Amino acid sequence: MSSEHEQSNHAANGDHHHPAHLAHHFETPEQQFESGKLGMWVFLATEILMFGGLFCAYAIYRGNHQDVFLYGYGALDKMWGATNTVVLLASSLTMAWGVRAAQKGQQKLLVAMLIATFMGGVGFMCIKGVEYQQKWKHNLFPGTMNAFYYEGGQAKYPEKLKHAIEFIDGRNSGGEASGGGGHAPAGHESTDDSKPVEHSDTVEADSASPVIIPAVFGAPADVSTIKPPANPTEQGVLDSAIDQAGDGSTPSAAHTQILWNDLSGAEQKKVHLFFGIYFMMTGLHGLHVLIGMVLIAWLTFKAFKGQFSKDYFAPVDIGGLYWHLVDLIWIFLFPLLYLIH
Amino acid sequence: MSVIQDPVNAGVTSGQQEPGGTNYINHSKGALSWLLTLDHKRIGLMYMVMVLAAFLLGGSFAVALRTLLFLRAAPDVAPMTPASQDLYNQFFTLHGAILVFMFIIPAVPAILGNMILPLMLGAKDVAFPRLNLLSWYCYMAGGGFFLYVLLSGGLDTGWTFYTPYSTSTNTSVAAATLGAFVLGFSSILTGLNFIATIHMLRPPGMGWFQMPLFLWALYATSVIQVLATPVLAITLLLLFAERVLHVGIFDPALGGDPVLFQHFFWFYSHPAVYIMILPAMGIISELMATFCRRQIFGYSFIAFSSIAIALLGFLVWGHHMYTTQSAMANAVFSLITFSVAIPSAIKVFNWLATMYKGSISLATPMLYSLAFIWLFTIGGLTGVFLGSLSLDIMAHDTTFVVAHFHSVMVGSMLTAFLGGMYYWWPKMFGKMYNETVAKVAWFLIFIGFNLTFFVLFVAGSQGMPRRYADFLPEFAIYHKISTVGSYVLAIGLFLVLYNWIHSLLAGRKAPQNPWGGNTLEWHTSSPPPHENFIEEPFVSEPYQMHAWDYDESIDGYVFNRARAEELEKQGHH
Repeated sequence: MSSEHEQSNHAANGDHHHPAHLAHHFETPEQQFESGKLGMWVFLATEILMFGGLFCAYAIYRGNHQDVFLYGYGALDKMWGATNTVVLLASSLTMAWGVRAAQKGQQKLLVAMLIATFMGGVGFMCIKGVEYQQKWKHNLFPGTMNAFYYEGGQAKYPEKLKHAIEFIDGRNSGGEASGGGGHAPAGHESTDDSKPVEHSDTVEADSASPVIIPAVFGAPADVSTIKPPANPTEQGVLDSAIDQAGDGSTPSAAHTQILWNDLSGAEQKKVHLFFGIYFMMTGLHGLHVLIGMVLIAWLTFKAFKGQFSKDYFAPVDIGGLYWHLVDLIWIFLFPLLYLIH
Repeated sequence: MSVIQDPVNAGVTSGQQEPGGTNYINHSKGALSWLLTLDHKRIGLMYMVMVLAAFLLGGSFAVALRTLLFLRAAPDVAPMTPASQDLYNQFFTLHGAILVFMFIIPAVPAILGNMILPLMLGAKDVAFPRLNLLSWYCYMAGGGFFLYVLLSGGLDTGWTFYTPYSTSTNTSVAAATLGAFVLGFSSILTGLNFIATIHMLRPPGMGWFQMPLFLWALYATSVIQVLATPVLAITLLLLFAERVLHVGIFDPALGGDPVLFQHFFWFYSHPAVYIMILPAMGIISELMATFCRRQIFGYSFIAFSSIAIALLGFLVWGHHMYTTQSAMANAVFSLITFSVAIPSAIKVFNWLATMYKGSISLATPMLYSLAFIWLFTIGGLTGVFLGSLSLDIMAHDTTFVVAHFHSVMVGSMLTAFLGGMYYWWPKMFGKMYNETVAKVAWFLIFIGFNLTFFVLFVAGSQGMPRRYADFLPEFAIYHKISTVGSYVLAIGLFLVLYNWIHSLLAGRKAPQNPWGGNTLEWHTSSPPPHENFIEEPFVSEPYQMHAWDYDESIDGYVFNRARAEELEKQGHH
């Protein structure tokens, strides 16, 4: 954008050999490339501000209803979230590799990398689908369909509510709560898919079952062994906790799990809000992944037809920027929704 | 500075004609050649038609709501009924929503910006012509949603869609939010395009500080469009989810916070009023220089004040919420609000200084500039009143706020827009308009505006609430005067429309440069050829007008290239 740069752009006007991909209103391919890139960066700024609004809403509601978030996050599956993070990071790597291949004119590698990136998107959406399925199975929809929805101070779906409480309480007091540390090793990912569901079924059958409480939690479930929380800010939560047989899991030194009865009556009516925000955030992000996949499919098609070369790879470069942003937003979503508690 | 080697035009340019004498309007024919055009000028014209249609629609609602208030002031004619009160709610909402989202925001950038920005840069087009066309289609789609709203139960939330009312009313809020959402995309695409175009397509010899001030204003506007509109987008999406799914984000009964909606909404909508006024200020800078035949006074101050307004504009949204937030937040927002007055005043003083000892020509566009300065000063200073906490608590939601807002939006933005339209009309269509009719219309608009809104300042200061269909008897006189004023204003605007249509049908052929301005759009023919310039224009200081000589035979100015080069040389010593 320096003035010499522009001078040279316009100076090239004299010996015009308009390449096919150069639009009529640009003087040189460089000018066109720089314009496209600037345009995409500006567009990414708009995307960040749009998600910024959502992050802002998240922060405010998290601040206002801390317990609701502590409780609700128990429904999320960290393992799937982490897997998706790896999938998306890997697809960002293949995208960057693809851009490199395009710059060096390596056609086949470019096509391969674009397909790999596309498959990363497919993988991400499939896993997201499995996760959504898990929520829906327990009636954890956004809005009025949510099992936790209250209308006029009364639970709208008492049966579904009971089921959902069992599901989340079971997870919060059980295996999923270990922050990944005590979870099955990564090699078992493929079976993880059904595991949480079975898991909750076990809880339904016998919520006091000691089998589901992993050894890493130290003492097995025992009403008398509740220790004071390590984190004083969570004192209030525990104070209000009325133990009931079997559900009073032992808080570890690192973090405290919140169960349904730990929530105040007012907070219990707001649990559905967590799912509203969860679905808004991941849904809008998922939509962006889909748009990115369409973009990459189009790039793959063009690359397959050999339309990119060392001299012309701007769409790959610019499309890559978009894909990285989609990745970046997930990098923020994952800890905010799945990890922080 | 650059000089294009072209011996033929060493002296006087004869205008830039395409070989067949065609221009962008008759370059190609058929509906598809318009609907699929990538030419920024044609897109600007298509925007013009639709935006003016939206103006007519939204303006009609204004006249209609004023009429209802007039009838209320004379209850023996037609007593107020619940039905007419509902109608009033619909009228002021549709008036606001349509004019804000479909007229004021796109008017200057999408019509005049699209038309003139690439010409001012000596460029062939904007950086992304296809996105430009897409933005027009987004505008059409958004307009479609609003049309649906009109036909399906209307809207009665006010243009601000405040929760919790907007989540509980049974009017078409969902369609309206989607419409505003899609219109936001149109606005973002225009802003994005202008930023890239100004960065990348300036000609050799035109650095940032040789740009016409209209471009600085459009640049500052674009920055706001790009950074603020996405926040509106997410707000409207959340509102949509709230309405359709009842997720509870803005509903206190469900754990949400309706005041968060206000914060989100004004985080966009306050900067948005600068989207509306900044390009208008850019127009005034151009008009002042040209019609005072002077180098603009304080170029860099005007340029930077645009940027300062754009940046400060992001930090003052809380001044719409003095009655709903903490005292500390109020104090901070009040302070920053006052600071916006500084760059605004810098502009006004620079325009006045430009006029001082200038050779002022009172052509129609200049009359609009004068009206602008008068009304913007009123609108701006009453903004300072409202920025002060104690006074705003009293004036909050009264017609004082309405009068302040309209002084800036109608009194300033609309007059600048009309001034700009008259100024560039000959360039856009190659036709002159009738100067006498234009001046009469200007007079009616100026008088009509002041009649309509000055009394609202008075009524508001005495406690007349805004958005009320009913009022105490002592306010009747103000409402009567205001309604009469709105009729005068409407007649003036119809006269403008008549003049423009008359000009298109029977106007005198316009010269290349009827006003003697030196920005690059005057260096091409009127109307410009398909690719804007046949040969690259001579780039020099934008307000150096001494190289243009008046030629009586064409009633326009002709460019003396030899003198321009001489002046350039002197400028560098």
